[in-house]
Amino acid sequence: MPERAPMTLFSMTTRAMSAQMVRMNAATSNLANAGSVSTTEEGAYRPIRAVFAVELDRASGLAGVTSSGLVRAETAATKRHDPSHPLADADGYVFEAPVDETAEMVEIMESARQYQNLVQALQTAKQLMLETLRSQ
Amino acid sequence: MNERLFGIHGAALTLRSERMGVIASNIANAATPGYKARDIDFRAALDARLANQRGNNVADPQAGMVWRTPTMPTLDGNTVELNREQVAFAENAVAYSATLSFVQGKVNTITRALKGE
Repeated sequence: MPERAPMTLFSMTTRAMSAQMVRMNAATSNLANAGSVSTTEEGAYRPIRAVFAVELDRASGLAGVTSSGLVRAETAATKRHDPSHPLADADGYVFEAPVDETAEMVEIMESARQYQNLVQALQTAKQLMLETLRSQ
Repeated sequence: MNERLFGIHGAALTLRSERMGVIASNIANAATPGYKARDIDFRAALDARLANQRGNNVADPQAGMVWRTPTMPTLDGNTVELNREQVAFAENAVAYSATLSFVQGKVNTITRALKGE
């Protein structure tokens, strides 16, 4: 493992903000794919979720966060009878992406709130650091 | 920092800065499953620091570190409550400013004494 620079308040907040961005992008992708249909059940879009993990830096005692990957939900695709649909299979069924729009919106709102919180905390911390530097 | 010069304020300032990092870590991990929020018990940690500085005994540098007790447990095991973290962060920021102005006052006094004003 390569030697990493010690974690500072700034690098920690940057990482946490990136993680929140991954989470928000995942939720937005889900929303964008809501209502998309497929001929087969396997081909239907499955919602994705970001998984967060703690990243503890023992030297500074700070605990950052990383997005350790994206997982696809195991929800079954919605089977709908629509014989006139161009993607319908031999029996006249299409498979719709199982996206819960409300849940995705709530996910985006929560993520935005936590992002705001991070920015606020960083601003306060930065201001205090500058005050300390300016004092003679 | 020299205790004879700054009293407890030198150690207090370092500790306040560390606590700011700990609370910021909690805020950063608000959505991490299984993360346990931490905080620094200021009095215990400061006592340990001062004892260390006076050379009485070598206290554990992690002294005063406490886990936060959540008001309500969550399904994913995360114990961060953003409202509490925000209040703690604000309180700590104000205390940091106060400590900083004590240190500044001391420095000003000594500077004036040195200049002989």
